[in-house]
Amino acid sequence: MRELQINQIKTTYQNTTILENLSLHLKAGEIGCLLGPSGCGKTTLLRSIAGLQPIAQGEIRLGEQVVSSSQTHMAIESRKVGMVFQDYALFPHMTIADNIRFGIEHFTKKEQQERITSLLELVDLSGKEKRYPHELSGGQQQRVALARALAGKPQILLMDEPFSGLDVELRESLARQVRCILKAEGITALMVTHNQNEAFAIADSVGVMKEGDLLQWDTSYNLYHKPNHPFIADFIGQGVLIKGSVCGCRQVHTELGVLNAHLTDDYVTGEAVSVLVRPDDIIHNDDSQWELEVVNRVFRGSHFLFTLKLANGEQVLCMSQSHHNHEIGSKIGVKLEMDHAVVFPLQKKHHAENLTPLPSCP
Amino acid sequence: MKKSWITLLIFTLSMPVYAALDEVNVYSARKEQLIKPLLTDFTRQTGIKVNLVTSKADALLKRLESEGLNSPADILITTDAGRLHRAKAANVLQPSLNDNMKKLVPAHLRDADGYWIGLTTRSRMMVYAKDRVQASELSTYEDLTDPKWKKRICIRSSNNIYNQSLVASMIAHKGESETARWVEGLVNNMARKPKGGDRDQVKAVAAGQCDIAVVNTYYLGQMINSNDPKEVAAANQVSVFWPNQSDRGAHINVSGIAVTKAAKNKENAIKLMEFLLSKESQTWYAETNNEYPVLADAPWSDTLKTWGEFHGDGLNLTKLGDLNTQAIRIMDRAGWR
Amino acid sequence: MKKHFNLWSILTIATALLLTVPLWVLVSFVFEPTNENWTHLADTLLPEYIINSLWLMLGVSIGTLLLGIPSAWFISQYHFVGKRVFHWALLLPMAMPAYIIAYTYTGLLEFEGPVQSALRTLFETQTVNLWFPEIRSLGGAIVMFSLVLYPYVYLLARSAFANQSHSVMQASRTLGAGPYKTFFKVALPIARPAIIAGLTLALMETLADFGTVQHFGVATFTTGIYRTWTGFGDTTTTAQLSILLLVFVTVLMMVEFWSRKQAKYFTNPNQQSNLTLPTLTGGRAVGAFTLCLIPILFGFILPALQLLDWSINVASTSLNSEFFTLVWNSFSLAFITALVTVSIALLLLYAKRSQNNKMVDHSVRVASLGYAIPGTVIAVAVMIPFAWFDNTLDAWSRETLGISTGLLLSGTLFALIFAYSFRFLSVALQSIGSGLSQIKPSMDESAKTLGASHWTILKRIHIPLLSSSLVTAFILVFVEVLKELPTTLILRPFNFNTLSVRAYEMAADERLADAGLPALLIVITGLIPVIILSKLIGKRHA
Repeated sequence: MRELQINQIKTTYQNTTILENLSLHLKAGEIGCLLGPSGCGKTTLLRSIAGLQPIAQGEIRLGEQVVSSSQTHMAIESRKVGMVFQDYALFPHMTIADNIRFGIEHFTKKEQQERITSLLELVDLSGKEKRYPHELSGGQQQRVALARALAGKPQILLMDEPFSGLDVELRESLARQVRCILKAEGITALMVTHNQNEAFAIADSVGVMKEGDLLQWDTSYNLYHKPNHPFIADFIGQGVLIKGSVCGCRQVHTELGVLNAHLTDDYVTGEAVSVLVRPDDIIHNDDSQWELEVVNRVFRGSHFLFTLKLANGEQVLCMSQSHHNHEIGSKIGVKLEMDHAVVFPLQKKHHAENLTPLPSCP
Repeated sequence: MKKSWITLLIFTLSMPVYAALDEVNVYSARKEQLIKPLLTDFTRQTGIKVNLVTSKADALLKRLESEGLNSPADILITTDAGRLHRAKAANVLQPSLNDNMKKLVPAHLRDADGYWIGLTTRSRMMVYAKDRVQASELSTYEDLTDPKWKKRICIRSSNNIYNQSLVASMIAHKGESETARWVEGLVNNMARKPKGGDRDQVKAVAAGQCDIAVVNTYYLGQMINSNDPKEVAAANQVSVFWPNQSDRGAHINVSGIAVTKAAKNKENAIKLMEFLLSKESQTWYAETNNEYPVLADAPWSDTLKTWGEFHGDGLNLTKLGDLNTQAIRIMDRAGWR
Repeated sequence: MKKHFNLWSILTIATALLLTVPLWVLVSFVFEPTNENWTHLADTLLPEYIINSLWLMLGVSIGTLLLGIPSAWFISQYHFVGKRVFHWALLLPMAMPAYIIAYTYTGLLEFEGPVQSALRTLFETQTVNLWFPEIRSLGGAIVMFSLVLYPYVYLLARSAFANQSHSVMQASRTLGAGPYKTFFKVALPIARPAIIAGLTLALMETLADFGTVQHFGVATFTTGIYRTWTGFGDTTTTAQLSILLLVFVTVLMMVEFWSRKQAKYFTNPNQQSNLTLPTLTGGRAVGAFTLCLIPILFGFILPALQLLDWSINVASTSLNSEFFTLVWNSFSLAFITALVTVSIALLLLYAKRSQNNKMVDHSVRVASLGYAIPGTVIAVAVMIPFAWFDNTLDAWSRETLGISTGLLLSGTLFALIFAYSFRFLSVALQSIGSGLSQIKPSMDESAKTLGASHWTILKRIHIPLLSSSLVTAFILVFVEVLKELPTTLILRPFNFNTLSVRAYEMAADERLADAGLPALLIVITGLIPVIILSKLIGKRHA
């Protein structure tokens, strides 16, 4: 397994630029995921790595080898890149075993048989060698596609929205299963999806993309709790943005009180900002003195999602336990549980990496 | 627009033809241009209207058969004695020959039972490339199986009735087994698999694909007098040879006329027959179509005269019909396609 | 869901069965003992019929595959110079009936023709020692059929290739297979059922042909049937020959049916949208261009030019009233038949749609078998019962009523239209059927809940939605009738000549130039369905 290095690549399609100045690094054995809405360029990126699409500038390296650059384009079939397609792309005229065998025909017959058997065991489809794709369910087909892509021991595994054709309940559990399989084999993998639950379930690092830009490449935890772009804040999880103003060194004043924030020095006192408030930042506590009015509520089975109105009219979300069945219009007690607030400027600024420690306040 | 569709629909879907006053309905296997002028003449002279319908001979016979007694036809004009015999055997004709007609036409050129009578005769002659063959090399039909003619003979398909009748005449004279051998020998000497009509055989000889062909006399006659300079040129490159002059004579066949069983205008039909046997009509046949008249004193055309007199086979032509099936079988078995 | 037999379903079943009566009559001859004509045939010509048919099928298979598959592949997978024209132009040979292209190549390639004469002048020899392949042979027939029938394979292969998910091919590439291996091991096998379906259609047309094999002197079932029917007049033997031919046809139909079933498994249900196609440049573009040009050049352009040449030469003499009678005959016959066939198709399809009755479904399926059955066989099959009916009725009415009913059925246009309807019903069924399938029952139901009556539904929903498929069906049947030869030859009423029969007769008389004009007219009308077809497919792919 190799590491993937993407340096400042640019791709175009019919005179439109899709990706520009995009860089990415995936360590060997790491599972990454590109997350973003349709049309953000994540599939283009994946296909460029596979060689299905050329790049105009920059380079893509697998390990030490440059596979794509503005001057070179290694043929698809020479790259040893395993790919699982959105529609699985199983060969309908071949049995499962033959599908898997397709990429390893240069092995000896014995090696082929061993590999097929062990792969089918890995994906929990033992005994189905002689079946045809149309005889299997969607989830089973997807696992065959995975086995087939892994058969030739590729340098990296690419997956293009592999779970999108499946039932909702199946997706997440399959994603976890696939993660187990990949980790067990130590496989470097890059997946593309628009569904965050899958991304969180499978990946070590997730990158959020928007309109050809890689906005943030981080762990799922950090993307949720420390998004560096309002788009990410909106895309990942739920939350609202409320008004705030800088009131001191690393401090912001909001309707919820004064909050600590990771503000760089380019923020000036009195500056207006947006503050991210997630549903898990506001805890429902019947004992609390501070009460807010419920203007909407959604029952989610395991929890209630209340929309609460603040004194200044802004609304926030509050996640509460399932049996706290408060009516709309009633007031419920809440507590704020926010460590550091996530703040976004109204005008573009440099934003420091969330991990860079900031100088302490004077 | 709609009305005419409906009219067409009703008219064509029913299509019976009712016998009217002073008409005669003719089914002719001979092409329109070969007979229409004579029929127009007939109408002018007698006032009887002639309704002419032309088609291929075999199809014509099939129609007569399926129409049965409902057929609108009074007269059948067709080529080849074999076909006339078939028509008789298919029970679509009736005897119609009167003494006058019998006097005009020799016995071997008409049906013994009076069902049909010949209008013109033709012969299946040999033509040869002037520059490649000497007349002295030719003699009889039988001689065509000689190895010296290997890959030098062109003749049309066995599907054609004229060849079938030729073979039938062979059977009549020589018997089945000898004829079978003759046919096999002939097939061996063919320059190419049979294709095209008689005219094409002549053209093939002219072009050099073969040296000898066996064709009907009037085809060559048509080519010599053709409007197409290419046909004339081809015809001029061959000479005529009359086979079997020292024994039974060249194979003879007829085009003939008969009255149908279903005829509703029998009198008019007989009048037409007699008209076609008249000297004028007979002369016209010779002139226009280069066919030999059955009438003894009708003059020949110039083309016919240049070919000279010949001795024709006196075989009774009903035999050609009798032996047709056997002839076809022999030809099939020998591979004469 | 009505399972009982109401008037409508009875009417439908009756119509369908009536249409197929000739078939039953024909098949009944299986039980007739063979006569000496049959024995004679069995000894001499029958083995040839069978062997020639087998060679024809083998040769035409190879020919159509070679002409149809490469072009289908390039058109569906790449962009290159001329592709947009080739896309539909590759269908042009469909406008050429096989017998017409046979006549044109005879004229071009025979001994006296321009090509050989030119060669002889070139090599300065007047003798026949210059060897030149004989066009009027089994091999020549194979070439002719391949040239006009490859579009069946092309069409079905192209749509199979185009509809293949690109991801399947890309998957193959990521698994280490280069372009060639991907084509032969993935793309081609997946398209195989569709290709086989196209191939069986081409082979059915090959077996059904009469004009080409007759002209080329190739002894096959159709020529044998014609010969036995017109020459020997032996109904029994003719019928039995026809049954033997039907055996071949049935095998083909079964292969086609099985293939179409298989094709369902080979289509990928999770379709990804089609990505843009790569463009070919340089040598590869030239290669693709040439590969696509060749079938069109030899299958349409050259023959059409020859027809044009002949027509111009004879136009001054041949464009007379006699010719216009021919045109009138052909066109009105085609028109009436199209009308009748479309009506019957509508009746059957509506019954099938509303009745939900298995018997109705089966009878519609049986009624649509005509496409596979050769025209000669249908003609013979129609003649027998019609003639029997007429003669029996006539004999009876003479006896009992004293009047002759005459020939009501046989020898009339009714017989011909009847035969045509059976032969071409499936064309109308397919076109109208696909249009009708767009009108979902839920549309009817929602209209009913909105208060519409049956007539309103028909008038305001069905007819507008069906109009284009009705017109298409009409045109398709129209042109098929115009092109048809063997059935017309055998069944046509006396002295009723059509363009196709005229072309045949002229060619049989070795007057090829005179065959040119009617042939040209047939080909020009034949272009209309080709244009329609390519537009229809274009819409689906847009």
